[in-house]
Amino acid sequence: MPHIVTDKCQRCRFTDCVTTCPVACFHGDAEMVYIDNVQCVDCGACVPACPVHAIYEQSDLPADKADWLTINAQRAPLLPVIADKQVPLPSAEARKRELGY
Amino acid sequence: MNSVTDAAGLGSNGNPLHVAIVGSGPSGFYAAEALFKSPISVRVDMIERLPIPFGLVRYGVAPDHPKLKQPTLVFDKIAQSPGFTFLGNVAVGRDISLQQLQTTHHAVLFACGAESDRRLGLPNEDLPGSHTATEFVGWYNGHPDYCNRSFDLTSEVAVIIGQGNVAIDVARILCKPVDELRSTDIAEHALDALAGSRVREIHIVGRRGPAQTSFTFKELRELGEIPGCLSRVFPDDLQLHPACLEELEEKRNFNAAKNVEIFQRWAMQDDAAAGKRIRFHFLQSPVAITGAHRLEQLTLERNILMGPAFEQVAKGTGATLELRCGLLFRSIGYRGLPLPGVPFDQGRGVFPNNAGRIGDVPGLYAAGWIKRGPSGIIGTNRADAVATVQSLLADLPRLDSRRKSGTAGLYAALAGSDSQVVSYTDWRRIDAEEQRRGIASGKPREKITRVSDMLALAASPVQQSSTGASS
Repeated sequence: MPHIVTDKCQRCRFTDCVTTCPVACFHGDAEMVYIDNVQCVDCGACVPACPVHAIYEQSDLPADKADWLTINAQRAPLLPVIADKQVPLPSAEARKRELGY
Repeated sequence: MNSVTDAAGLGSNGNPLHVAIVGSGPSGFYAAEALFKSPISVRVDMIERLPIPFGLVRYGVAPDHPKLKQPTLVFDKIAQSPGFTFLGNVAVGRDISLQQLQTTHHAVLFACGAESDRRLGLPNEDLPGSHTATEFVGWYNGHPDYCNRSFDLTSEVAVIIGQGNVAIDVARILCKPVDELRSTDIAEHALDALAGSRVREIHIVGRRGPAQTSFTFKELRELGEIPGCLSRVFPDDLQLHPACLEELEEKRNFNAAKNVEIFQRWAMQDDAAAGKRIRFHFLQSPVAITGAHRLEQLTLERNILMGPAFEQVAKGTGATLELRCGLLFRSIGYRGLPLPGVPFDQGRGVFPNNAGRIGDVPGLYAAGWIKRGPSGIIGTNRADAVATVQSLLADLPRLDSRRKSGTAGLYAALAGSDSQVVSYTDWRRIDAEEQRRGIASGKPREKITRVSDMLALAASPVQQSSTGASS
């Protein structure tokens, strides 16, 4: 089942997830990263890597985040691959606290 | 060649950094990838003791998880990088010494994994019928070291000690209808044996509680989806005390909370009518293995958890439980093997290191399981290998900056050994033959399981032009 990055990544963009992806299937814009679910091998290595648990397996996706399945599928192929850790957004630590992590 | 000092700095085109990577599993390939991504000029020689690459992706990932083997496509791309050479069937300590590698290369990076098992430390641990999970996994995955093992699958009851993903793989392969394995790359000998298996009851035993298992929740969940098989947890085992509840409330510990949710669903199940049953036992430690000539019984001691949340340890209560069984697999962790000339932590079974650096003199590095112990999954080793390569590159000014002979020097040193070096192009030929053999039986490949057969294929005349990596 595909893995999905949700809006919890917005204003964080920690990108720890991308360092654990064995097949480099993360893509990103300035706001957040997305998973290309055609490339994703569903290993789940990225899920515990995210400091704010922004990534969910489809079966585990909260109902209010269901839209992100389609958004990931549509956005990822249009954006460049992000395979290496990047500097988080300046708002990341504040956002992390706001999300309760 | 080694003694020439050059004004051209180490890592320049005139004096490329030569790195020998020992091991060709995930951490080895991801270390190679990270080296090639660096801005300096790098040559990588990947040395593998088996004739063929990919380590635990080939021999650890279960055959019914084909998607998890897709990283081999990434490894194949890394192997195309200019400056990459694969040398299979070469064992450090057998065909070449570490000292020799240190004369031909600026740095040696160990990514050789954890090849032996942690033992229970009980008498009779090696009775017939008592095995390591490694042997069983290696056997069904066609590993040359284990393909000749045999497992008596005539017993109805099997016990697996350990509560990590390997325990789940073993249970799943034992419980899955064999027809669901026929279209996988499982070894033919394993398929034949599993088709005649009478195992129908599997006990998975852990020393701590349901809130402390190491299963990945999606792997655990998959056990509940096997046709004709029911998983069950004893409701009493799910009585969680305050320290466990505190652990489960921690947001970052969501995997454990998901596992407990799954166990709670399974506590309700009536498995009396199921064809096959998996039963989880928590807070139990094996204390005795008994049998006259072969395994007959396992004795478990009931534990309680003591200590604060996240630091709870299991302590025996003296109360015991006896479990009649004909098969036992221990899956309580792996240990690396020591290598002459490299410091070794006997307790943890790893090469002691600081951010991947081994010892005080720059030049020796570790990545993956030999660096941090057996934890995480394939992707975890990518982050780990990248971190080690960062340490290595930071050490560049402190490495021996003389030009090194690299691949040529390595081949020259190996010319004196009996070992037939297998190149990546040779591997391509073995790979193509495995895939060809799989077609007839509807499998993605039929693995060649004997080193001698691999070497014969590698040495066979090239039928068609092979593309790809340097050799």
